[in-house]
Formats: sequence, structure tokens, C-alpha cells
Amino acid sequence: MAAAKEIRTQIGSIKNTQKITSAMEMVAASKMRKAQERMTASQPYARLIRRVVSHIAKANPEYRHEYMIEREVKRVGYIVVSSDRGLAGGLNINVFKAVTREAKYWHEQGVEVDYAAIGSKANVFFRNHGGNLVAGKSGLGEAPAVDDLIGSVSVMLKAFDEGQLDRLYVVHNEFVNTMTQKPIVRQLLPLEAEAEADDEEETRASGSWDYLYEPDAKTLLDHLLVRYVESQVYQAVVENAACEQAARMIAMKNATDNAGNLIDDLELVYNKARQAAITQEISEIVGGAAAV
Amino acid sequence: MASFQCDIVSAEKAIFSGSAEQLIAAGVSGDLGILRGHAPLLTELKPGPVRVMREGGEEEVYYVTGGFLEVQPDVVSVLADTATRAHDLDEAAAEEARQEALKAMGDKQSDLDYTRAAAELAEAVAQLRTIQQLREKGSRR
Repeated sequence: MAAAKEIRTQIGSIKNTQKITSAMEMVAASKMRKAQERMTASQPYARLIRRVVSHIAKANPEYRHEYMIEREVKRVGYIVVSSDRGLAGGLNINVFKAVTREAKYWHEQGVEVDYAAIGSKANVFFRNHGGNLVAGKSGLGEAPAVDDLIGSVSVMLKAFDEGQLDRLYVVHNEFVNTMTQKPIVRQLLPLEAEAEADDEEETRASGSWDYLYEPDAKTLLDHLLVRYVESQVYQAVVENAACEQAARMIAMKNATDNAGNLIDDLELVYNKARQAAITQEISEIVGGAAAV
Repeated sequence: MASFQCDIVSAEKAIFSGSAEQLIAAGVSGDLGILRGHAPLLTELKPGPVRVMREGGEEEVYYVTGGFLEVQPDVVSVLADTATRAHDLDEAAAEEARQEALKAMGDKQSDLDYTRAAAELAEAVAQLRTIQQLREKGSRR
């Protein structure tokens, strides 16, 4: 019966693990709902400021801000958004793969790459695998605030201002739906004149008008464009947080299902072993009785 | 009066979206009144009230701690740093914040503290201004 007892303990421990994973699944499901709400709540601001900035790009300003001018690319910056915790399936790995692909592309062109890591998983990744990490931020929690990100973003913006970076990207997970999250790389700087097909107002003749600026174009654009980058990064972080919970929910659901399958298999083996032990005992008794 | 589309958003959520006849906000170079067909304009906002006249004479007041105002002839967007409905403002709390800031400015420990206190003071004063405007409007009725 020794083998049977071992299997019993194994089943017990798998059942405990299953309880934990199913609890984590439920926690992630409820957190996901909140994270999703947060994501949709901050979308209007991100969308409006993007619209304003694309108007600026289309206008014919008397003053062209540095963030609007394409430069020869010698060094690029990536803001990599990841989660703080693991057990979320391939969520972070997918982002890092996308970053590695981009980095390889730039290296082939002889362009150097700097990184800003948001979330402890990204920090750990760059510490282990190298890569020139210039800013890091982790421990954002479930409700990240814009203030928490300003530090890392301003490091990258300063580098851009000083001409050390010629392009700035943000990499994060895009929330397609609960089942699907895919990594996405977006260019923040210099500004791309976005082709927004859905806006009917875009038919306005471009390039022939300009805003009135108060107090003046330079001060205003300086502030506005910094705010723009911050809001885009914030949106990326909030979206990534929703992805994290969704990915964890799916990962934990799979783990719970797998634990169930394992338990079924082991129960079968256990029953066989028990049956074999009983049969053996009977045959021993019968053999013993016959000998007498 | 002709109306235009008006959106007020803060980083955390959308505050107001709808058509309006006039919008009055505190820009850095002075208060602005925006009607339909205004020339394209971009301005920073000071802490203070943003008043929206809805169609039919209804008026709504929001309090912003700063941000940007974009004007296109038929669309006006307010990108507020933080916005609250003016009804939610508490006059006592605003007054308290103002006193606190004044006191902090009294003992100038360092420049940093001073700038922060000055910003806090400006914000408290702006909040009080919003409340007073709201009150005047109430008494006029």
C-alpha cells in the first residue's frame, strides 16, 4: 500500500494548489473589471489630447517645436511597460520579445538603444539581459497615478531635449479583449501626423491656418507636448494593468483546469494500485489457506 | 444662439461632453468667453472655474486646477489637470487650505517650500473664487 499512500499525498497537494489557483482566478477577475473601468475612464483624455496634438501637427505653426521635427536617428529610447507581478502567462515575455525584435533591428542599423523600464518585471529583465537602462519605476500598484510616471518620462524627455535620443517609443500590451492581449510598439516622439480616418472634421484644409497661442507658442507647446507624452504613457500603463489582470485570470483558469486533469489521472492510478493491493492480499490469503 | 460641441476631460475621467452655447474659462492671460465660430486657439488654464452655458440657459460650473483649452470653430476641448464639479467643492476646506498656505509662506524656510506654498495659495484662492461665483449665481435666482 506504500505506492498508494504516496499517490494520495500527491493528490492532496495538487488539490491545495488548485484551490490557490482558482482563488487567484477569481481575484484577478474582479480586479480586471476595476482595471478595465480605469482604462476606459482615462481614454477620453488620451484621445482628446491626441486629437489636439494631431491638429497642431496639421496646422502651420509659426514656431516648430523640437518634438515635431524628424532628426537623423542615432539613438532611440524605449519606454517598456510591464507588470509588477508574475503568474500572468506570456504577458511580459511577449512585450520583451517585441522589444528585443526592435532592438535587433536598430542594432543592425548601427543605432543604439536606451530603455526606461516601468514595472518590476521589466527592471529585472534588463538587469539580467543587459541593455542600457536609464530609468526605472516599479511598485505602481493596481491604481497607477500620473504622478508616479512623471520621473521616468522626464528622464527620457530630457534626453530627447538634449539630443541624446532621436526617437522615443512606448511598448505595452494592448487590451484587445479578455482572451487576447497583444504587445504594441508606438512612436511618441517626434510626433507623427496621425491619419485619423474617422474624423469628418479632418477634411479641413491643412497647413493654411494656425492657432492663436496664449501666452505664446513656445511656452504652450513645451507644456502641452510634455503633458501629451505623459498622458500617452499613463494610458499605456493603465491599459497594461488591465491586460495583466486578464492574462492572469486566463493563466489561472488554465492552471486550475490542468490541476483537475492531473487529479483525475492520479485518482485512476491510485484506484488501480489499491485494487492491485487488494487482489494480491486475497491471493496471498487463498494461497496460505491452500497450504494449510 | 448657435451651439458648439464641448468636451471637458481630466486625466482620470471624462467630466462633461455635450453641446454648449458659451464657455467661460480662466486662461493664463485673462478670462476667456468662447462662442461658436471662435478662431482656433490654444491656451493654458489657470486654476479656476470653467463655466459652461448649455442650450436653454442652463449653466454648469466646474473647477479645474489647470490644464489646456483648445478651441476649434465648432469644437472646444478642455484638458483639465483635475476637474471637479463646483457643487462638490467645500468652502471651509478651501479656506483652510488658504490659511495653511499663507502660514507656510510666512516662515520662508526654503525657496522650494515657498514656491509650493504659493502654488497652493493660488489654488485655494481659485477654489474660493469658484464657490463665490456659484453662490452669486444662486442668489441671483
